[in-house]
Amino acid sequence: MINYFANPTRFLKIAKGLQPIVALIAVGSILTGLYYSLIQSPPDYQQSETVRMMYVHVPAAWMAMFCYVALAGFSSVLLIWRHIVADILAKSTAPIGACFTFLALATGSLWGKPMWGTWWVWDARLTSVLILFLLYLGYMVLYNAFDDRSRGARAAAILSIVGVINVPIIKFSVDWWNTLHQPASVIKMDGPAIHSSMLTPLILMAVGYTSLFIWILLIRARAELNLQKVHALKIRLAKV
Amino acid sequence: MAFRNGTDSWVVVMFFMIVVILFPLGVGPEPDILNKISSGVIWVAALLSAMLSMDRLFHVDYDDGSLELLVLHPQPLEFIVLAKVLAHWLTTGLPLIIVSPLLAIFLNMDISSYFVLIITLFLGTPTLSLIGSIGAALILGARRSGALLSLIILPLFIPVLIFGVSAVEASILGVSSKPQLLILGGLFLLSSALCPIASAASLRQAIE
Repeated sequence: MINYFANPTRFLKIAKGLQPIVALIAVGSILTGLYYSLIQSPPDYQQSETVRMMYVHVPAAWMAMFCYVALAGFSSVLLIWRHIVADILAKSTAPIGACFTFLALATGSLWGKPMWGTWWVWDARLTSVLILFLLYLGYMVLYNAFDDRSRGARAAAILSIVGVINVPIIKFSVDWWNTLHQPASVIKMDGPAIHSSMLTPLILMAVGYTSLFIWILLIRARAELNLQKVHALKIRLAKV
Repeated sequence: MAFRNGTDSWVVVMFFMIVVILFPLGVGPEPDILNKISSGVIWVAALLSAMLSMDRLFHVDYDDGSLELLVLHPQPLEFIVLAKVLAHWLTTGLPLIIVSPLLAIFLNMDISSYFVLIITLFLGTPTLSLIGSIGAALILGARRSGALLSLIILPLFIPVLIFGVSAVEASILGVSSKPQLLILGGLFLLSSALCPIASAASLRQAIE
């Protein structure tokens, strides 16, 4: 199956077909999710209206971690099978993941001001997410630091796999350390500890963010493949 | 194999001392403040000095081609990396620990927290060398490798810094610093098991 997708033309064809479907899901679920989260869901009894921050903050944080795992997954496929498409996908994932991480940090900071009374605290969750952001930046810089493109790809892939160690630290940082950040309330062993009126918009937003990620990923990957084609053509023309 | 002439060690130690000395000049010479920030200052300075010498770890071998011979050597590359890291630590990490008593006096540290600082440095600086070896192997042949190295490995250094400093701070406050020391020891063992593998993988792809 992995070899099946290694053919860029085949990938392009699938990506082209998949793109409008994902786009539709993304736009649809984000719009309904926003309607539910801004209008339908009740204000929190403690946090009142500011709880609505959750619907943009929490999915962004999930996506920040999800993108990193995807990045490391693509990177290992690249290293093991020398997979061209995996390289393209990994390269296209990194900036999107960095954006989600930035979004999580920024919305969290905006939420922290009214709730905790400060924009930023140096607790374990915030610090580890900041490290995640720096890892994304390091990946992108390392990728572009070599004259030989494939060396950059492989070096950056190894870095991203090393950085995976940070993901469980982010996930469990709220359980291992006492922090201002609240512990997990959705993904728990004994079911979510959150009322369905708030869970529904949250899930909708998460679905929306995920399909938004896939949508942008497909656009970026297609653009990247076309760019490489142009590059190859240029080299061929220069030789003639 | 990797022992170079002594200048590298001297440069690193001088750098370490100068960074630490800059702090009392910048923050002001009040003994209380200095005592409070001492562990952080010494740790950040140690981290930067480890960085400073890091890009040399494989670079000389890469430039003169002996790295290819090392990769082709029948001995597993992981062990060679481990030996290189040990050499790096002996030439740059250990000298820092030796000069740190002097700096502790400059920064008005008391004796008991100084002992904790020494233990954290003994556990922490080899970890820094191990983690740094991954970065040093990744940047071989890159443009602007020095700045790049700090960007990719400083984030990975942060956990060591946090637990190193918090162990000393616990002892300044008079609480037991055992948990932090145990975590530092765990980080050291974990990185000595995993980092050589990652560095060896990076070295193999670097000379392909």
